[in-house]
Amino acid sequence: MSKGRFGEFGGQYIPETLMNQLYELEEAYNFYKNDKDFNDELNKLLNEYAGRPSLLYYAEKMTKDLGGPKIYIKREDLNHTGSHKINNVLGQALLAKKMGKTRVIAETGAGQHGVATATAAALLGMECEVFMGKEDTDRQALNVYRMELLGAKVHPVTSGTMTLKDAVNETMREWATRCEDTHYVLGSVMGPHPFPTIVRDFQSVISKEAREQILEKEGKLPAAVIACVGGGSNAMGMFYNFINDKDVKLIGCEAAGKGVDTELHAATIAKGSLGIFHGMKSYFCQDKYGQIAPVYSISAGLDYPGIGPEHAYLYKTGRAEYHPITDDEAVAAFEYIARTEGIIAAIESSHAVAYVMKHAKDFSKDDSIIICMSGRGDKDVAAIARYKGVELYE
Amino acid sequence: MSNIFKDRIFKEKAFIPFLTAGDPTAETTVNCILAMERAGADLIEIGIPFSDPTAEGVVIQDANIRSLSNGMTTDGVFEIVEKVREKSDVPLAFMTYINPVFHYGYDKFFEKCQKLGVCAIIIPDLPFEEKDEVVDVAEKYGVEVIFLIAPTSHERIKRIAKEARGFIYIVSSMGVTGVRSSINTDLDEIVSAIRAETDTPCAIGFGISTPEQAKKMAHISDGAIVGSAIVKIIAEYGENAPDKVYEYVKSMKDAVRES
Repeated sequence: MSKGRFGEFGGQYIPETLMNQLYELEEAYNFYKNDKDFNDELNKLLNEYAGRPSLLYYAEKMTKDLGGPKIYIKREDLNHTGSHKINNVLGQALLAKKMGKTRVIAETGAGQHGVATATAAALLGMECEVFMGKEDTDRQALNVYRMELLGAKVHPVTSGTMTLKDAVNETMREWATRCEDTHYVLGSVMGPHPFPTIVRDFQSVISKEAREQILEKEGKLPAAVIACVGGGSNAMGMFYNFINDKDVKLIGCEAAGKGVDTELHAATIAKGSLGIFHGMKSYFCQDKYGQIAPVYSISAGLDYPGIGPEHAYLYKTGRAEYHPITDDEAVAAFEYIARTEGIIAAIESSHAVAYVMKHAKDFSKDDSIIICMSGRGDKDVAAIARYKGVELYE
Repeated sequence: MSNIFKDRIFKEKAFIPFLTAGDPTAETTVNCILAMERAGADLIEIGIPFSDPTAEGVVIQDANIRSLSNGMTTDGVFEIVEKVREKSDVPLAFMTYINPVFHYGYDKFFEKCQKLGVCAIIIPDLPFEEKDEVVDVAEKYGVEVIFLIAPTSHERIKRIAKEARGFIYIVSSMGVTGVRSSINTDLDEIVSAIRAETDTPCAIGFGISTPEQAKKMAHISDGAIVGSAIVKIIAEYGENAPDKVYEYVKSMKDAVRES
């Protein structure tokens, strides 16, 4: 069995042209992850630039209103650039710089990862190019302009379904064309080894902090941690340090779009099957011939037909559970948390909020749960307005 | 034991054309394959279309989309090969991504290859490290899994060449498939490194479109592989493509013979 496996999942299914790059990356990562200077530098960036540690906020009004467990919110939306993506990006960009790379490329769905990558590139003085599906450059126009403002070049991707999957395809093609001076800052816990491990490690700061914070506030572990899942990076970050705490439920919320009984969804665990794509063996939405399905979600960040291999493993072994949340439920949650807690949540994170709205009563009032607020929703305001029939353009 | 690669395909310098099955129709594909054989093709690479061909440039990406949107499936590709086999015993190889093969079921897939005389498979997203995914079952049915060597392979060449079967596919340039005006990789060096390890034949692909390029590549190695240039002809002429493909393949094979 090859390297980078989580049970049967993972691996390195990638063209030969990129294999040496993956080795080089793995070697550099294994060295720097234990290097004091690297960690000092990264922690300084995370704390003094990105604003870590992020708050663990007790959502008292929501708790009372829903009548279930004490609801805490891990505020990754308050990070610099507005989402958890910065945790991974600062780590990878710093690593790339140590490796002597002068240019970074990235895929992006909603634009959060692209913005974070453009930000890190600006800060560290690196060239940056971002690939984004044409459909997403249209629905997230503000983020496109943000990336350009930060000095990045944004390439609208017009192949395939013109969404996140196609952006990944195009970034891989670009990396295979130019890898000597270029690092691919992969944005989620997916792709070929060592990416799922590297991204998980950089995102695990979320649960490292959250675990300490909840113990301090509640004196005991939460009954569950809940996060939205596209590729799965904020969820993996939120789950990781709780995996060994067997009584803590790990709950992922995937995008059910118009419903898992329609063809318009991106619910990989509910509706997908085992496959090999984008460098990894995992679950994918696909047809019986293994053609990747054109998935759909109102959330550009969850509009991806696969899921990271470690999630596939956590699911298969029963350690984590995954639930589909529809567009309608997510939009209702987006509005609910804005009015109840005064937090404009990313439409991605609103999927996790929606789960809690539906299932709060399943938990005891004596328990606590943590929602990972992976990003803020400013970027989504215009799209949600249009969804509600309000003609609002940025 | 006879070896179709050494005794037939690479008996002289080989010309290996590629096309995407079902682009634009199954019938055109059958006719193009037969035209390629008449024009002197030594091995024909049939692309099984995939929704997300990450190693391809736009020309072959578009062919994949045309083929799939016309309803082509893996079963449909096997039917194409059956039709070809009614008239021809030309050596055939498949080129596709790992997911369609995985989904078909490795045993079922390679058993059909054996039955239809498909002697090799090229899977660009299956590097040497992941070969165990298919090599044993492919071998069981007498199908060779072709390894690729790229300009970035460096010290990996030795390991890959040592275990290579059938032939070795040398990727001429960085990036994805597609016509290139020039190829700047030091291919002599790569071929020498391969030859030091094995007498398995090697052919060069990616970026080749003109007879001059094909001649040069076949001179350095044991053959030239051409995809995008042919797919372009098929895209332009559709069901009238077989005659044009014949002329093109003949000119390329003639050039390769001169190398």
